[in-house]
Amino acid sequence: MSQTIAVIDYGMGNLHSVASALQHVAPDARVLVTADPAQVAMADRVVFPGVGAIRDCMAEIRRLGFDELVRAQVASGKPVLGVCVGMQALMDSSEENGGVPCMGLLPGQVHFFGHDLHEPGAVERLKVPHMGWNQVTQVAHPLWHGIEDLSRFYFVHSYYVRAASTGQVVGRCHYGVDCDVALAQDNLFAVQFHPEKSHAPGLQLLRNFVAWKGQP
Amino acid sequence: MALAKRIIPCLDVENGRVVKGVQFLDIRDAGDPVEIARRYNEAGADEITFLDITASHEERETTVHTVEAIASDVFIPLTVGGGIRKVDDIRRMLNAGADKVSINSAAVFNPEFVKQASDRFGAQCIVVAIDAKRVSGEGETPRWEIFTHGGRKPTGIDAVEWAVRMAEYGAGEILLTSMDQDGMKSGFDLGVTRAISEAVPIPVIASGGVGNLQHLADGVLQGGADAVLAASIFHFGEYTVAEAKAYMAAQGIEMRL
Repeated sequence: MSQTIAVIDYGMGNLHSVASALQHVAPDARVLVTADPAQVAMADRVVFPGVGAIRDCMAEIRRLGFDELVRAQVASGKPVLGVCVGMQALMDSSEENGGVPCMGLLPGQVHFFGHDLHEPGAVERLKVPHMGWNQVTQVAHPLWHGIEDLSRFYFVHSYYVRAASTGQVVGRCHYGVDCDVALAQDNLFAVQFHPEKSHAPGLQLLRNFVAWKGQP
Repeated sequence: MALAKRIIPCLDVENGRVVKGVQFLDIRDAGDPVEIARRYNEAGADEITFLDITASHEERETTVHTVEAIASDVFIPLTVGGGIRKVDDIRRMLNAGADKVSINSAAVFNPEFVKQASDRFGAQCIVVAIDAKRVSGEGETPRWEIFTHGGRKPTGIDAVEWAVRMAEYGAGEILLTSMDQDGMKSGFDLGVTRAISEAVPIPVIASGGVGNLQHLADGVLQGGADAVLAASIFHFGEYTVAEAKAYMAAQGIEMRL
């Protein structure tokens, strides 16, 4: 029987890209962009995306009761993938919008790149948002299968995650500061970059996700 | 390890067809934007910009379908510009699969629109396009102004101040086109590129005037651009995106190869 993949829709941004990339790598799967908790609960795997301001995202997530929904999906053991602000929403809290408490499913904070970001010792000011293709240093995990270490992925973000412990960090990137851009804990995997916009390596990561059993 | 500078091929699309002529040697239907976007995607383009120059509102529906078709097949960022005037226009393009929209004259006529758009959809998807023209004479301190209507109408607005204001209003990126250079194939206006790039905290895409690969490299090395946009040098098969990247990388520019 073909599997069902639910992309959680809480009204924040365009989920077309995520859904079409998933459909592209899993042509036989049912890919649902849905705000229906029952559909999410019945899906075999779940994608938790997000764009825009974290305050607005968290407000919608809470208003719709989706923090409990996501928590339940993670607790159920099915594979869950957080993307971009979806990843940030899984952390303890974010500095954005004057400080926003998040879901606390992954320990760590979300920090601002700052208005005066430089590489150590360099004069050139780095632009924020961090926008474009940057290299990711991998730590072994099944979702990196078939993707060369230091492959480039597409990023667009002004805030970055710093995990509380290195135990969950499976991908790192550097842009003025060190950022944790991929975290994994049991059946939960979260990335700061956009796999759906990252060409071959991004599609391979999604392919790995749709085949993943949810184990490290 | 560093962020790569980007190469962005640009398609001018009218009523669902690429205009300005596109002449890849091996494309049968030279005017199909979906096919062309697919080729650029395979060729290693870092993003694609799609400029809708369709005149009438009714024909915009075609654009929506084209964007949908590209977005289902091309898994790199897609920016759609042209005719973005209302929040609804943005929503429609994002729902069709665009990752960013580019706002041009609507920003000049109603700057608050940029704020509104950024608050509603996030800075990450709001590109403000600036068409600048040099207004200072020889020997004077260089000064550039915003022009509208394809470079015909001056606005009296200083281009650098405008870029700074647009960044403050929530633009996530600036697409800077030099109207003096556009179509001239003699390179970007590096002066205005550098001036704006240094003045704003957000990424700047240089556009207008690329005639060879050195022009692309100069946009980054001398203009300080974060990305370079070009149409004809790629459309006419003079250079491939891969050649452009290799050329820029050989000058020490960080590229996604």
